[in-house]
Amino acid sequence: MTNSDALSRLLAERDWILADGATGTQLFNMGLSAGEPPELWNVDHPDRIRRLYSDAVEAGSDLFLTNSFGGNASRLKLHDAQDRVFELNRLAAEIGREVADASGRTVIVAGSMGPTGDIMAPMGTLTHESAVEMFHEQAEGLKAGGADVLWSETISAPEELKAASEAAKLADMPWCGTMSFDTAGRTMMGLTSAGLAALAGRLAQKPLAFGANCGVGSSDLLRTVLGFEGTNIPVIAKGNAGIPKYHDGHIHYDGTPELMADYACLARDSGATIIGGCCGTTPDHLRSMRAALETRPRGDRPTLEQITEKLGGFSSESDGTDGAGPAPRITRRRART
Amino acid sequence: MSDEEDDIILSELDDEELVAQMFDDLYDGLKEEIEEGVNILLERKWEPYDVLTKALVGGMTIVGNDFRDGILFVPEVLLAANAMKGGMAILKPLLIETGAPRVGKMVIGTVKGDIHDIGKNLVGMMMEGAGFEVIDLGINNSVEAYLDALAAETPDILGMSALLTTTMPYMKVVIDTMVEKGIRDDYTVLVGGAPLNEEFGKAIGADAYCRDAAVAVETAKEFMSRKHNQMAAG
Repeated sequence: MTNSDALSRLLAERDWILADGATGTQLFNMGLSAGEPPELWNVDHPDRIRRLYSDAVEAGSDLFLTNSFGGNASRLKLHDAQDRVFELNRLAAEIGREVADASGRTVIVAGSMGPTGDIMAPMGTLTHESAVEMFHEQAEGLKAGGADVLWSETISAPEELKAASEAAKLADMPWCGTMSFDTAGRTMMGLTSAGLAALAGRLAQKPLAFGANCGVGSSDLLRTVLGFEGTNIPVIAKGNAGIPKYHDGHIHYDGTPELMADYACLARDSGATIIGGCCGTTPDHLRSMRAALETRPRGDRPTLEQITEKLGGFSSESDGTDGAGPAPRITRRRART
Repeated sequence: MSDEEDDIILSELDDEELVAQMFDDLYDGLKEEIEEGVNILLERKWEPYDVLTKALVGGMTIVGNDFRDGILFVPEVLLAANAMKGGMAILKPLLIETGAPRVGKMVIGTVKGDIHDIGKNLVGMMMEGAGFEVIDLGINNSVEAYLDALAAETPDILGMSALLTTTMPYMKVVIDTMVEKGIRDDYTVLVGGAPLNEEFGKAIGADAYCRDAAVAVETAKEFMSRKHNQMAAG
């Protein structure tokens, strides 16, 4: 599969790639109401999804994610749409393909696959086999719609990332994966940035790129990116534009386009190749990020202090990679090892 | 280390050592050992309420603190909560029988459109561990489902959870409806979930945002004691 796919070719040509921004934030601005599944808009409002994609492309994104984050059977079941997985994902990618092909330049359509929302065995009820099956079903829809690459995002459990990579292999599709590091610098399940870097090299379908998305603020996200040091796989950084605030029935993220421009350049200096935003990142932010990446020179790898100076403080003192975090209680017998 | 593992015989420990060992076993998520410990304490004529508060709640407090401080993560806390549930299953009927004091009652659920219930389940289990009665509405709850449960259960606290930016505004829909119906002030409303923060909680009219299950328990206790003080003062 080496270089036979569009993202591999782009990665070989370019030393940074601008991804897109938020999907949820943008759809709210177009009138999505709370609790409504965005994926149904692929059928009901294809014009709005087209606008979502073209806004990102016009703002300078080289890669955008499809409107299929919650498009797995487990999530769609809430809306009694679990039998529409293939259709909704195919359409998400099809609209994306049209927008990308009409752009007049190379734009990658990345088929978004979010978490199932279930906890995997042995802690929860979701088995490895059913997770693979769910992701595979979604992957086939995205593939049929013309996605260039599959893109798992906001994953917390390493087991779920493994299942997604197996699904990508079954679908014979190139694949990228990002996790959300939102709990004291780790994922909710306790995986560190270094843990993900080690895991990425061992997955069934080796990712074209891996990294972090969402989480807390942009400074936390960059600390995570620094923790991927030493990997030979391209790194993805997709951080939130600040933190959410509520104004007149709308969520507004407080990160400015200027802040996200600084974040984008710092992400590149920290070793990220694919750089974008997550929640709260609008086309205005993307334009500002693009301009900064094009005009500002590369800098040295930033220190943690330089990151906090420019983007603000971290949500926790340690992220579990420096050995400086608090240690667990010593117990007299330990079932877990 | 493995030699020592099998050497601990719970029934041979005195009360103090046994409770300390139960703290460890909760921390390690050992369900059978916790059940055994609970039974031993009951055989030694401990009051069920004391077993709950001194052994289980005491142990879960340590787990909660380490979760809050980024030392333990969701898998460990789920294991610990599962072990506690084992102990609670033994104690629950006895607590009802003995008319043990109840700290308060909570109705909890994930909002409409959201399937994520990891955080909510943790809060539910830790609240039970802290002596609250918990009515869990599950996932994907509409305004109507919340209001029906409030009317049927008359809890002290309503807890709402959301893990997605697309579902978190629904919490405001619920609170606004409570205001409209004139019942908002009858309940303490606590909200939680990864994309939320304190400011958001305030902006939508919740009493408090709880960043994790441990904080939820602390906050709930605080509001309950305020309520008792107000009632005493009134």
